[in-house]
Amino acid sequence: MSENVGIVIVSHSADVARGTALMVEQMVGPEVPLGWCGGDPDGGLGTSVEAIMKAIDQAWSERGVAILVDLGGAETNSEMAIEMLPEARRGRVVVCNAPVVEGAVMAATEAASGATLEAVRRTAEELTPV
Amino acid sequence: MMIDRQVRKLLFETVAQRVIASADELSDLDRAIGDGDHGINMRRGFEAVLATADELSEKPLGESLKGVGTTLVMKVGGASGPLYGTLFMSLGKSLTDEVSCAQAADAVAAALEAVKARGKSDVGQKTMLDVLFPVLGVLREGGVDIAARLKAAARTAAENTIPMRAIRGRASFLGERSIGHMDPGARSSELIVGAVADVMEGFA
Repeated sequence: MSENVGIVIVSHSADVARGTALMVEQMVGPEVPLGWCGGDPDGGLGTSVEAIMKAIDQAWSERGVAILVDLGGAETNSEMAIEMLPEARRGRVVVCNAPVVEGAVMAATEAASGATLEAVRRTAEELTPV
Repeated sequence: MMIDRQVRKLLFETVAQRVIASADELSDLDRAIGDGDHGINMRRGFEAVLATADELSEKPLGESLKGVGTTLVMKVGGASGPLYGTLFMSLGKSLTDEVSCAQAADAVAAALEAVKARGKSDVGQKTMLDVLFPVLGVLREGGVDIAARLKAAARTAAENTIPMRAIRGRASFLGERSIGHMDPGARSSELIVGAVADVMEGFA
């Protein structure tokens, strides 16, 4: 199967998530399955586990999904969303420790080359200062 | 003590009402050292708990606590959703309707390990854990006047977060400037412990 690793963008702001998704699409077009979400369950700034689960579903690839997050709550809610996935999917979704915009673009570019989930994650995380 | 359907309903409603009633205070605390949405988020989550308290309490204690946890995870919308959700879901894993003080302590101990893992946090970092661990200490001791001692321990512990420097969460971005404010998560934990203790007192 030639399917590429999927990318999910989770921001506190729907505008940031949508903008980042546009930048990713500009780079890789439809080659990489993409999902994004931003905003709390009422549409304010925040994140929603339900919306993250939907975004993972949208970006689903049998080769796995890499999630890029902005701030703390986005990370905690993404980890929670992963745990609530069906068991068969749970082990194939990772949260990358990387800046959301740069990380998403780098991860998607790597994913478009057919790289594994681990390679996609590593590429995004190379951007993280140590 | 026996936590039957009536007690469960009262527990969930009391906890939810106390959190909702203090939502503005929680947001004020969060505005000082965070993004100011703790009260809004907790109110959204506990309004959902309140709206379904009757239905949630129909199930045995374990199942109903898991239901509360799942509701918080789905509705809160901030990091506090998964954190409080994990707390309630984990309590639900170990508790049955008949609960002794020692069983409650074991369940809380396991739940706090789960919360620590979820938040990648520990005691002393200016979080809800700084209230819930002293509360666990009182539960472990057991003995007379437990409800009053739980409330006092939670109050003191919440106040003790004021001079702490935040290490986790949005408040950690402030570094030294996080000192001098009560942690909003510590305050919401105090409210929840206080509500549970009050209900227990009425039924003990």
